[in-house]
Amino acid sequence: MVPMFFWAFIVGGLICVIGQLMMDVLKMTPAHTLSTLVVSGAVLEAFGLYEPLIDFAGAGATVPITSFGNALLHGAMQEAEKHGVIGVMTGMFEVTSSGISAAIIFGFIGALIFKPKA
Amino acid sequence: MADHWITQSKAAADAHELKRPVLKNCIKAFLVGGIICTIGQLVTLLLMLYFPFTEQTAGNPTVAIMVFFSMLLTGFGLYHKLGQFAGAGSAVPVTGFGNAVVSAAIEHRSEGLVLGVGGNIFKLAGSVIVFGVISAFIIALIKTVLFQLGVI
Repeated sequence: MVPMFFWAFIVGGLICVIGQLMMDVLKMTPAHTLSTLVVSGAVLEAFGLYEPLIDFAGAGATVPITSFGNALLHGAMQEAEKHGVIGVMTGMFEVTSSGISAAIIFGFIGALIFKPKA
Repeated sequence: MADHWITQSKAAADAHELKRPVLKNCIKAFLVGGIICTIGQLVTLLLMLYFPFTEQTAGNPTVAIMVFFSMLLTGFGLYHKLGQFAGAGSAVPVTGFGNAVVSAAIEHRSEGLVLGVGGNIFKLAGSVIVFGVISAFIIALIKTVLFQLGVI
C-alpha cells in the first residue's frame, strides 16, 4: 500500500510538472495546456500505455486530467468492441460519466450555496 | 472570484512574462500536484476498503469525490489562492477541472439559474471536454475500422 502512495505522489507530481513546463516554457495558456494533456491521455491509451500507468501509480494517473482522455477512449472502445462503429458514440461517456455528472451537480449546488468572492 | 486565469489570453500571459522562475514553479507544481494525487490515492484506498470497488473501478468515484472537495475549496475561495501558488499543480488534477466548473457556476449565479449557471457552467472547462471527446472519437473510430478490417 505504501509504495502506491509514493508512486501516486511522484507520477501525479510529474504530470503537473509537464503541465507547468508547457505553460512556462512553451508559453501555452492554461486552457491550451489542459486540452493538450487530455488529448495526450487519449493518445497514450491508443497505444495501450495509460492503463499500465494506472496499475502502477493508481491515483497518480487517475486524478490528473490526462485520465479523462484515457477514460473517454476506454468507454468508446469498450462499446465499439460490442457494437462496432455505433459503439464509439454510445460508449463515449460510459466511463467518464461520474466526473462530468459530479462537476455539473456540485457546480450547481456550489452556485446555490456560495456567494462570489470579490 | 474572477477566476479568468484559465481563459487568459496569450497577450495577457506574455504581459505576465517578466521573468518566470521556471524551476521554482515546477517544484511547487510537483509538490502540490503530488499531494493532491496522494489524497486521491487515500480516497481510492478508502473506497476499496469500505465499498465494493476494485482497483480498476475505484478511479471514477475517486474523481467524483475529488470534484466534491474542489467545490468546497472553490466556494470558500481557497482554490484560487492555491492556484496562485501552485500553477499547474492545482490546475492539472481533476480538482482543477472541478474548480473551473464550480467557479464559473458561482460567478454567473447573479445572471440567473438558466442563463447564468446553466449557460456558463462549462464556460472554462468546455474546451477540455470538447477536445477530449473529439480526440477519443477519432482514435476510437480509427481503431475500430482497423480492427474490423483485420489490420490489428
